[in-house]
Amino acid sequence: MFKDLFRSKQKYVTIRQREVPESALHATETVKKELPDGLWVKCEKCNQMIYHKDLVKNLKVCPKCQYHFRIGAWERINYLLDPGSFQELFANITSGDPINFPGYREKLEQVRKATELKEGVVTGVGKIGGVPLALGVMDFRFIGGSMGSAVGEKLVRIFEYAAEHELPVVTFAVSGGARMHEGILSLMQMAATCQALSRVAEKGLLYISVLTDPTTGGVFASFASQGDIIIAEPGALIGFAGARVIQQTTRQTLPPGFQRSEFLLEHGMIDLIVNRKELRNTLARLLRYHQRRKRVINQ
Amino acid sequence: MKNGSKYSLDFERPLKELEKRIEEIRLFAEEKQIDMSEEIARIEEKARSLKVEIFKNLTPWQKVQIARHPKRPTFLEYIELIFDGFIELHGDRLYRDDPALVGGLAYLADIPVTILGHQKGRDTKENIYRNFGMPHPEGYRKAIRLMKQAEKFGRPIITFVDVAGAYPGKEAEERGQGEAVAKAIMEMTVLKVPIVVVITGEGGSGGALAIGVGDRILMLENAYYSVISPEGCASILWKDASRAAEAAEALRITAEDLLAVEVIDEIIPEPLGGAHTNPEEMAGTIKERILENLNAIIDLDPNELLTKRYQKFRRLGRYVEE
Repeated sequence: MFKDLFRSKQKYVTIRQREVPESALHATETVKKELPDGLWVKCEKCNQMIYHKDLVKNLKVCPKCQYHFRIGAWERINYLLDPGSFQELFANITSGDPINFPGYREKLEQVRKATELKEGVVTGVGKIGGVPLALGVMDFRFIGGSMGSAVGEKLVRIFEYAAEHELPVVTFAVSGGARMHEGILSLMQMAATCQALSRVAEKGLLYISVLTDPTTGGVFASFASQGDIIIAEPGALIGFAGARVIQQTTRQTLPPGFQRSEFLLEHGMIDLIVNRKELRNTLARLLRYHQRRKRVINQ
Repeated sequence: MKNGSKYSLDFERPLKELEKRIEEIRLFAEEKQIDMSEEIARIEEKARSLKVEIFKNLTPWQKVQIARHPKRPTFLEYIELIFDGFIELHGDRLYRDDPALVGGLAYLADIPVTILGHQKGRDTKENIYRNFGMPHPEGYRKAIRLMKQAEKFGRPIITFVDVAGAYPGKEAEERGQGEAVAKAIMEMTVLKVPIVVVITGEGGSGGALAIGVGDRILMLENAYYSVISPEGCASILWKDASRAAEAAEALRITAEDLLAVEVIDEIIPEPLGGAHTNPEEMAGTIKERILENLNAIIDLDPNELLTKRYQKFRRLGRYVEE
């Protein structure tokens, strides 16, 4: 259903990125190199040439038009969390090839080599503005951020961990949807993540879902749309069905800006649109709002 | 209802030819006043064993075709044949009533239950009215409303899944299709009443799962349940939707495949030739299987029920843990 995402004409250049915070900021996925040495990149939206170092310094947001380039999970964790506070959890959970799907093993191997990521989501705990939280950050480079058994399991575990340790949860979604290479097992992750989230809710804990470009299909139609507070980065593509599928099925013309963050805000589907540069501050404020006073309410 | 021969499927053609031949001989014998009963019996026997042979060895793609058969019984027909005293309840109280998803109150044997299901049309006109059984967000929001109502009054919930997918349309997106599907899934994971799900035809991805979370998941022999349509998968994977048969194979979407990975609990056998060849028999079997499964869980303590449901969906992933 989400073939337009996977079929995207853009080719993303990926360079080595280790799972260590310091080096992660130099990854340049989603950024088209215009010159061989990668000194300059062209903004995909306004076509301006941007000095690469400036783009990185600006958290991969175009300084001229505010276009938000896609960024990797580790880059996000780096700019977002209090320095040195992140502790990765459940990194030992990775995808197998449960239904022997044609080409899946090779694909996994290739993606792991190219991205040095083990799976499509990084999970762990850390602090933002001094407030401890549990975190799940997806990475589009890993088979389009698709959710298979391992991504689902890692999210379920971080939700369960949050419920057990009474931590607020923040997820960063970026995904084309369910990972079809695992067939029905991927679909079941929608149920698994939702029910784990209900444990977080039962404990009265805050769940903030941040939607980034793109968040579609089975990820949007499960945990990502169930935040107590839903935030989107500007201009992100967010929706259930892909535009191409909609056009093929309905022959409808889709308005400009269809399924973009601003469209969702207008239709009442999200709470806030926050520029990446403001995100850390906004999250810190929201988290502080929900910090518990010690047993005042319940006793 | 008789199986209209104009809807016969490709792989049934040899069978249809035999049946046609039997008919011809019968007419000929009648016309000429000669006894050809032996000849007819011989061909009939041949047709019977051919039918068994064909339906024993269906490929996943052939099953998809049976699941999508235009004469396959729909939810409203099953309601008629399985439940008593159905009262349809309408609307999501937010926007409108969605005829693609039908719900209401009914008795199963003498148990009051809430029933919900996708409703495809039985002809072109009805298909247009019911949007080919593909709900908009308001359909799922109606489902959520009726499920919460069932919980309030302690009624078990029975759902019938038969959907190509939640509707992919402009208005559906504007009204939050993703959110509606997610909310329905989320609610079903915590509803304190027993839920039995029957996948009767197409189990089309999120649109199916949105009323497909439960304590017992039953599936008709020729139904399919998949994360993506075989056509969609083929066009992403091989840029060629016509390779859907291969994709149907690769995705493991048949009842047998799903039983093997414990996504479903039980396969409900269909009459030889598919559910549409004998809806009454099909409905009878479904009723019996729902009753047996519901009886096994109806008296469980709600906490135990929810714990078991949680564990059921908790262990469906297959991953590597180093």
